[in-house]
Amino acid sequence: MTPETLAALTEARTAKRPVVLATQLPGGMQMLLPDPGVNEALNVAARRALSRDESGTVSIEGTDWFLHAYSPPVRLIVVGAVHIAQSLVPMAAQLGIDVIVVDPRRSFATTERFPNVTVMGDWPDEAMEVLKPDSRSAVITLTHDPKLDDPALDRALQSDAFYIGALGSRKTHARRLDRLRELGHGDDALARIRGPVGLNIAAVTAPEIALSILAEFVSVRRNAA
Amino acid sequence: MSETSDILATAAAWREAGEEVAIATVTQTWGSSPRPAGSQLAVTRSGRMAGSVSGGCIEGAVADAAMTTLDSGVPALLDFGITDERAWEVGLACGGKLKVFVERLA
Repeated sequence: MTPETLAALTEARTAKRPVVLATQLPGGMQMLLPDPGVNEALNVAARRALSRDESGTVSIEGTDWFLHAYSPPVRLIVVGAVHIAQSLVPMAAQLGIDVIVVDPRRSFATTERFPNVTVMGDWPDEAMEVLKPDSRSAVITLTHDPKLDDPALDRALQSDAFYIGALGSRKTHARRLDRLRELGHGDDALARIRGPVGLNIAAVTAPEIALSILAEFVSVRRNAA
Repeated sequence: MSETSDILATAAAWREAGEEVAIATVTQTWGSSPRPAGSQLAVTRSGRMAGSVSGGCIEGAVADAAMTTLDSGVPALLDFGITDERAWEVGLACGGKLKVFVERLA
């Protein structure tokens, strides 16, 4: 890999721009895609690799190319800088997830409690306005406080977020769904919320609950049955 | 959700620090290969390694090939599999097959 290619690839990744590094096999000639200057079939294959988030070798007009998809990391918006979040955030970082913690309560949302991640002190609805969750974003509410959780879930349901989870018992969740219904969300929309959040592994401690949430997150992300 | 980025960043940091660095990337897999296409292993002349291209079965052979590529500057496309009887006589215990591209980080 030439220094120029590495620099261009690094630049795209830092800017969180989806890009494919195409390597001609076995010769090793490389380029970044999509690029309007090259064969359209290569660009089509590159876009497919990015949309599937899947790298692989393709054969185009008798030439083999390895298409390495560099999709930006998926985002996880955690509402509630609570104890469980303190376990969840470092585990999520290990999984390569881009984590943002939202909590307007200053004593919770400190960089001391959450080093190395983005911490926002905005109210959840304002934060969601800024963050604009897309189809590569997930939203998890952890506060147990309707004043904070509900506006975040309301906004998440209006977005394309691929995973929406809410911490709380079945009873709490039922009441939460009632409140969201009053805001105008139908049953189909409400069914998008994973609640109680996480796989049922009988988790007890904060790290165990974080593990169950991330296990569910991965199963959704990887389209497990 | 990709750890590959970190391997590339690690390789770039090593290069920046003056190391000679080769990058090996899984380009294709068949059967039960443990790591998907795109998985990477960075190797330095001095023997540092980061990442992986298998469950540990072929990393040694890949590191050897990386030294050859560092010497020559010529990239290589390696085949690994249980029936392979050519240059890289290293089997995969899982019975999978894969191709690995080895290049120098210039």
